[in-house]
Amino acid sequence: MKRKNHLRTLGGLMAPALPLLLSGCSSALMDPKGQIAEEQRLLIITAFALMLIVVIPVIVMTLLFAYRYRDGNSEASYKPNWAHSTAIEVVVWLVPCLIILALAILTWVTSHSLNPKSPIPTDNTQKSIEIQAVSLDWKWLFIYPEQGIATVNEVAFPVDKPIHFRITSGSVMNSFWIPTLGTQIYAMAGMDSSLHLIADEKGSFDGRSTNYSGAGFSEMTFKAHSLSRKAFEDWAAKVRASGDALSFTGEYQKLAEPSTSVPVQYFSTVTPELYNHILDSFRKPHKRRSEHGENRNAVYGDPVNAEPGE
Amino acid sequence: MFGKLTLDSIPFHEPIIMVTVAVIALIGAGGVGWISFNRKWAYLWNEWITSIDHKKLGIMYFLVALIMLIRGFSDAIMMRTQQAMAAGGAEGYLPPEHYDQIFTAHGVIMIFFVAMPMVIGLMNLVVPLQIGARDVAFPFLNNLSFWLFTAGVILVNVSLFVGEFARTGWLAYAPLSEATYSPGVGVDYWIWALQISGIGTTLTGINFFVTIMKMRTRGMTLFRMPIFTWTCLVANVLIVAAFPILTATIALLTLDRYLDFHFFTNDLGGNMMMYVNLIWAWGHPEVYILILPAFGVFSEVISTFAKKRLFGYNTMVWATLSIGILSFVVWLHHFFTMGAGANVNAFFGIMTMIIAIPTGVKIFNWLFTMFRGRLEFTSPVLWTLGFIITFTLGGMTGVMLAVPAANFVLHNSLFVIAHFHNVIIGGVVFGMMAGYTFWFPKAFGFTLDEKWGKRSFWFWITGFYLAFTPLYILAFYGAVRRMQSYANPEWQPLMIVAWVGAVLILCGILCTAIQLYVSIRDRRDNRDVTGDPWNGRTLEWAVPSPPPYYNFAHLPEIHSIDSFWEDKQKTQGKAQLANPETIKYSDVHMPRNTVAGPVIGAFSIVLGFALVWHIWWLAGVGAFGIFAAFIARIFNDNTDYYVPADEVKRIETEHHNQLQLQMQA
Repeated sequence: MKRKNHLRTLGGLMAPALPLLLSGCSSALMDPKGQIAEEQRLLIITAFALMLIVVIPVIVMTLLFAYRYRDGNSEASYKPNWAHSTAIEVVVWLVPCLIILALAILTWVTSHSLNPKSPIPTDNTQKSIEIQAVSLDWKWLFIYPEQGIATVNEVAFPVDKPIHFRITSGSVMNSFWIPTLGTQIYAMAGMDSSLHLIADEKGSFDGRSTNYSGAGFSEMTFKAHSLSRKAFEDWAAKVRASGDALSFTGEYQKLAEPSTSVPVQYFSTVTPELYNHILDSFRKPHKRRSEHGENRNAVYGDPVNAEPGE
Repeated sequence: MFGKLTLDSIPFHEPIIMVTVAVIALIGAGGVGWISFNRKWAYLWNEWITSIDHKKLGIMYFLVALIMLIRGFSDAIMMRTQQAMAAGGAEGYLPPEHYDQIFTAHGVIMIFFVAMPMVIGLMNLVVPLQIGARDVAFPFLNNLSFWLFTAGVILVNVSLFVGEFARTGWLAYAPLSEATYSPGVGVDYWIWALQISGIGTTLTGINFFVTIMKMRTRGMTLFRMPIFTWTCLVANVLIVAAFPILTATIALLTLDRYLDFHFFTNDLGGNMMMYVNLIWAWGHPEVYILILPAFGVFSEVISTFAKKRLFGYNTMVWATLSIGILSFVVWLHHFFTMGAGANVNAFFGIMTMIIAIPTGVKIFNWLFTMFRGRLEFTSPVLWTLGFIITFTLGGMTGVMLAVPAANFVLHNSLFVIAHFHNVIIGGVVFGMMAGYTFWFPKAFGFTLDEKWGKRSFWFWITGFYLAFTPLYILAFYGAVRRMQSYANPEWQPLMIVAWVGAVLILCGILCTAIQLYVSIRDRRDNRDVTGDPWNGRTLEWAVPSPPPYYNFAHLPEIHSIDSFWEDKQKTQGKAQLANPETIKYSDVHMPRNTVAGPVIGAFSIVLGFALVWHIWWLAGVGAFGIFAAFIARIFNDNTDYYVPADEVKRIETEHHNQLQLQMQA
């Protein structure tokens, strides 16, 4: 009887996990706001379901076999030297192989269809909007090359319009992620990463760095606003009305100094090609750094081995 | 004179650290006092510190691992407490500079100084006995490995109260770990602790590879080796192949930090992506170095307690070998989000999934070992059943992470944290606990208390699910790893549930501590004179517990995988009672203890500490000490001796008499 209880407790432990799992249904990943994220939601669920085909039998068999072949159960057969069965071996190799084959096909297809570098195919031939994101210690700088504006810790874009994020870092590695829209990509100094996303609904979403980058990492968050075309124009006008300028290297260098919990900032004028200047600062020859740990925006560089963008 | 080291380097203003240091100092002083009072220093030096006996080294590895488990777990519960508090603008009780050190230390300690020594400890204790050898191939090297490992442990712990530890995450990604962004000594402690202990691990890998290949007893072909020995063999091949990558990577980072090189810096041509690439080329095989021996433990436990041959031995071996090979072609799945092309990502994703096939086969083999068996629900079996279920779930989430397009939203989130704790707790920790309970009587001659062992299991498994299921869920809400605080107050309830889980795990650890105390207290009742308390199947159960220092008076000969078990079936256990008077014993060739191992270890601490603080003259002293001890060892020809046949006979007769006494009683 005591043994039976052990097994029952083990089973009982699993039960509360279910409602907990269901509570995830309203979450950012399970209630996405963009096409990419929606496909990723389906992908996660499909992979999960495929694996349950083998996971559930394993759990059931574990409990069942352990109970059935417990010591002292004289009803069950006991064959101490039975250690091989070609039929069973074939099945236990074949079933995982088939599931992995299915998953492998799924993986190959989705790795290409959800490649962050591929532009999102849309019905109408509308152009995507380009937004350049630069991770700094510890805030996000967003540059709008077409609008000629820039913001800190707030990004806005028109709904239903493909967004082409170009992502780099002015400091250590970070990762750019808006959970409700899908894919994240690393931000790395001197590297020009591409990420194509789209929002299907209006709303304000949370975004953040996911790759630990130092003391201010926890607060390295931003708001992402998906707006109607009109509201986006208004927002851009609001940014333009701020009157602050972001020049390279002056104000940019000041902005790049380490700071935490940085409030939203707007810049109405931006040095042209600011994003490329930041990239180049890690690529082009410059005077050799003389001190460690002083100036953290690292506007020094070298031509050797620095790869151009991907 | 003292490089960067000043009195300010000691964090007097941090109450948590100062209290910890005071407690450690008190316990340390108590220990020193106790040893001195009982005049045990000579015993400690002769029987343990300088010992080359693989069994004693195994015990010492495991002991250090258990102590470090307390340290690593303290970090864990501090983190869980912080995250349970720091919601919606609250800052919690740990500022980022402290919190960041804690999660770094937690990862480093749990992997390098808990999981690794547990695995290597069991390997030391069991493998030579299982293959019928009298010691490892290079006994001195084995002692040296242990002391180099311990030097790493001590350096990590010194960082607690002299200076700081790294705030970079356990793998110290560049460029964050470069001098520009981490100018303090934390990363240097990380570098030297891992570098010194890593060399010890590499030497262990070489040692056990040679031991298993060259020192198996008569009749033990490769395909008659116990499965635990097989998994250790593959793990050691992985150590030999992977750890040099770690050593080289850390060496390059060292050049960057100390000599202004630019391997991984932002500027002057440095490439941070190469660091990430190299560290995971070591890092992924590393997790298989940990899990494979755990698989071996479960195989031994399940067939012993089901009283049945292991199902599909050959399949098990081939599955182990293929996991070993595949573990080297999957590392890129740790950075799908770095921006590699779709073909590259898909390739590494699919290779990762393929590992699930041999692993799944292993799980079915364990299931079919229970099938038609007679399973005893001892605590090692509970750990094994808990493992099969938990690890299967962990494997599933692992495959989800291996799909690159899904990884794009799961990467760096709490899903990753939940996944790898799912496989490391559910796999490695459960495996080591099973192995600890299973082989404890072999090491000490008495069994561990079952009641407290089972309590520990139930606390661990309940605690695990409570602590990590919430993290899986929170990941879907966008919660990421390494957050010192978070803005969304809705996450807090689940964080508190996770904290409760951590408290339950604490209860599990306490149960293990109580179990040890109770078992030692009741050791006379739990005594096992036979050397074979579980009706075992492999050679380690053929010798007395604890085994004599030469292990086997006669090297045994085996005829099949379960030779020992089959012999017992034939003779109903009479083989063990052959009268020693009628047996002819011969001299046994044994290695001598070594002073060089602990001395090199001690000078390694000096060297590491000096390099951390840029005290160059002291580094010179450390390096010279290591070199001198090494040369002295090379010119020492008195490294072995013969145990006289009479002495062997005396020890064997004593065991025989004890056995007979028990049979009569």
